[in-house]
Amino acid sequence: MSLENRHLLGLEGVSKNDIQLILDTAETFREVLERPIKKVPTLQGKTIVNLFFESSTRTRISFELAERRLSADVVNFSADMSSLKKGETLKDTARNIEAMKIDMVVMRHGAPGAALFLSKVINSVIINAGDGSHEHPTQALLDLYSIREKYNHIEGLNVCIVGDISHSRVALSNIHGLKTMGANIAVCGPATLIPRELDRLGVKIFNRIDEAIEWANVLNVLRIQLERQDKSFFPSLGEYRKYFAVTKDKIQKINKNITIMHPGPINRDVELSADLADGEHSIILQQVLNGVAVRMAVLYLLGTRS
Amino acid sequence: MKHLLKNCMIIDPEVQNNGPVDILIVNETIEKIGAGIADLKMDNVIDMQGYIVAPGFIDMHVHLREPGFEHKETIESGTLAAANGGFTAVCCMPNTNPSIDDQSLVKWIIQKGKESNNGIVDVFPIGTITKAREGKELSLMMELADAGAVAFSDDGSSVQNSELLRRAMEYSSMSNKPIIQHAEDPFLGKGGAMNEGFESTRLGISPIPSITESSVIARDLIIAGYTNAAYHAAHISCRESVELIKNTKNKMQKISCEVTPHHFTLTDEAVRNFDTNTKMNPPLRTKDDIIALKEGLRDGIIDVIATDHAPHSFDEKEVEFLFAPFGIVGLETAIGLSITELVVTGYLTLMQLVEKFSVNPRKILHLPQVTIREGELANLTIISPETEWIVQVDKFKSQSKNSPFNNYKLKGKPIGIFNHGRIYLSS
Amino acid sequence: MKKVIDETGFNRTLTRLAHEILEKNKGAENLALIGIRTRGEFLAKRLREVIWTIENLELKIGILDITLYRDDLKEIHYQPLLKGTEIDFDINKKDVILIDDVLFTGRTVRAALDELVDLGRPSSIQLAVLIDRGHRELPIRADFVGKNLPTSLNEEVKVAMKEIDSEDSVYLKTLNIGGE
Repeated sequence: MSLENRHLLGLEGVSKNDIQLILDTAETFREVLERPIKKVPTLQGKTIVNLFFESSTRTRISFELAERRLSADVVNFSADMSSLKKGETLKDTARNIEAMKIDMVVMRHGAPGAALFLSKVINSVIINAGDGSHEHPTQALLDLYSIREKYNHIEGLNVCIVGDISHSRVALSNIHGLKTMGANIAVCGPATLIPRELDRLGVKIFNRIDEAIEWANVLNVLRIQLERQDKSFFPSLGEYRKYFAVTKDKIQKINKNITIMHPGPINRDVELSADLADGEHSIILQQVLNGVAVRMAVLYLLGTRS
Repeated sequence: MKHLLKNCMIIDPEVQNNGPVDILIVNETIEKIGAGIADLKMDNVIDMQGYIVAPGFIDMHVHLREPGFEHKETIESGTLAAANGGFTAVCCMPNTNPSIDDQSLVKWIIQKGKESNNGIVDVFPIGTITKAREGKELSLMMELADAGAVAFSDDGSSVQNSELLRRAMEYSSMSNKPIIQHAEDPFLGKGGAMNEGFESTRLGISPIPSITESSVIARDLIIAGYTNAAYHAAHISCRESVELIKNTKNKMQKISCEVTPHHFTLTDEAVRNFDTNTKMNPPLRTKDDIIALKEGLRDGIIDVIATDHAPHSFDEKEVEFLFAPFGIVGLETAIGLSITELVVTGYLTLMQLVEKFSVNPRKILHLPQVTIREGELANLTIISPETEWIVQVDKFKSQSKNSPFNNYKLKGKPIGIFNHGRIYLSS
Repeated sequence: MKKVIDETGFNRTLTRLAHEILEKNKGAENLALIGIRTRGEFLAKRLREVIWTIENLELKIGILDITLYRDDLKEIHYQPLLKGTEIDFDINKKDVILIDDVLFTGRTVRAALDELVDLGRPSSIQLAVLIDRGHRELPIRADFVGKNLPTSLNEEVKVAMKEIDSEDSVYLKTLNIGGE
């Protein structure tokens, strides 16, 4: 059993079989992560470069742990986007690194389509660790894994993504993955932060958090980027918190069992109340653990694919 | 030199079409038009069976990139691309470095045009509306016009300041030259890279809504009406723009607009594979916009087809979509795309096509009309409307190959041009 | 294809292996059985049953998926499906009986040993196999062997077990020359 593609660039177009294979494979790695020695020799001799043009400490650490636990040799390259604009192009940077004989590249980049572009200019296996607000497939896979772990299935569940959908790095991949696995999907956020014609992806749209809570089994709460405030998407954090934050009283009012997810890092008491983040509904820390297992699964499946 | 073009089908709104004729050209002038002219003592006899001969096409929206960006295109390579694409004249936009806001540069470009490819393609510079295209103070419009500028535009940027735009319209009317506006609101869709809609949502690319363009055109039309100015909207791309112009045009004679072949051919779905050759400004819109643009051409709301030929080097486009410069080359695919998309589909007749490419732009720019009559200077575009061909960008004469139409199958191909006593046959 | 062990022989062999394991370890108190996927797992379960009938003691049992420890992942043409290791007890200080169906090059056992060592520190690891067909590529030997079966390299040993096949038996098959 192998994945259909030699890269993981996104979840759009990835088959149900492939997603299932990744999630099933991740189960094995969850077991490995419980061992006293959380390391297997599977990718010994493989060199993986983590090419990060945006700082995303969590994603990078999660990938790096996954790589090291598979015994790969790991090289980290970090630069910011502004240096890309001025200095060496992505193509040159990547080709230079590839000339040093590497096998896989995990790339985080601010520009949509950057991972696809990279796959066209170098030969290594590419894993997209986020290309702007386009795709972030491993995050969506770990979300799927966490939902499946909690409910034993994904199909038929109502999953609502809450917050800044327009600029989110994870919303699109989640939508594609959830759709493939048969979940019902909704988004909830201020009208200014929901991209045009999103409904054509088969997504329900809520502008009221109460309605979203009423509808959902799972709320995937996104981080509100505080630095976006100058762009007049919403008037103040206070107003955002009042109308869109997911809090315990809003949940209790509806009085039902609901699962809270968050891709991190959390702005506590901004988009999500602290008591919920740490409470019984939350599977946020499982997501983090599952992230390593899912990334190990992806690295294993792509790294040993003949 | 005596050239005999045999069996020509003349398509010229000024000339009655009575079936195929022969055209005898002596040096620069059409000496005789008639059936069965003997081909004795000719220097050059060409059989035009199946071809149409039209008054020379002019592309009123071209970036020749010289001076300043010679790694993308030069006047030499750009005019060769024009000739190869079937154009006998181009108007070049002033976003060069330095920009064309000085009469010496206007004269230099005209001179350079005459020296390029034996001057077979006329080069008409367009001067800036504002100094250095900064949108702050008027350029020396009277001087630019006297030096030979045929219009004014800050193309690449929109004139944002309404007061300045009003004054530019008033001032340019003294020299009888149109203001060509690149209509783009500086705030709506700032930082965007493609049309706003389902496709931008799917690709996560920051969007440029159609209102970026139409809201500026709406304002401009109001100011143009107030000042009674000659106003030409460059590269309109969406339904709202067409409708705004439609509603104003019957009241205001001096309003005109153009569309590019790529805007009536491709939709934003073409961006799906993040091909940087689908990135242009204004961006590719939707199917509905294409219908509005085609109907606008058919109904005479859109006067002109112009290419917005925007060469960029391979390396400049070989980057992430977000970082790639806007624009594609267009000179060498314009006729093929227009016939395929407009004539074959019945939106335009060949005669109307000639109006959009030859008659109307000259009217807007107050350039002398070109006709195919005995005694006139021979300025001709020769086209085979039936030839099917495959676009191969590496065959382009343009120095840059940034076209999304590589490997496109088109119907209708430029065969050559005749201008200033010289013939150029397309490859 | 030649049947080298039939069902009766199969059961007799298992019973003998169980007795040898118990004899060598002087009882079953500290034993744990760990089978290598796929048929090692079923052999382990069978041995547990036999030992239960002899000693009336239910041994702990684990399953080892050695895929992640294979040294030939790059060379094989198909990607093996990961089913995972399932050992839900502490192997520290246990006498682990590692069980597989066929001992051949020794590479599977090498991988299994590496994995076991990562999982903990057993008092001892002993190897039990149903068939030893020779041709070792590593210095590995079995402590308990059901049957020594001399083979040539163009032969394949096929162990059938009721859990996934229709019978309990062992076949020797001659591969076509030039075949894999």
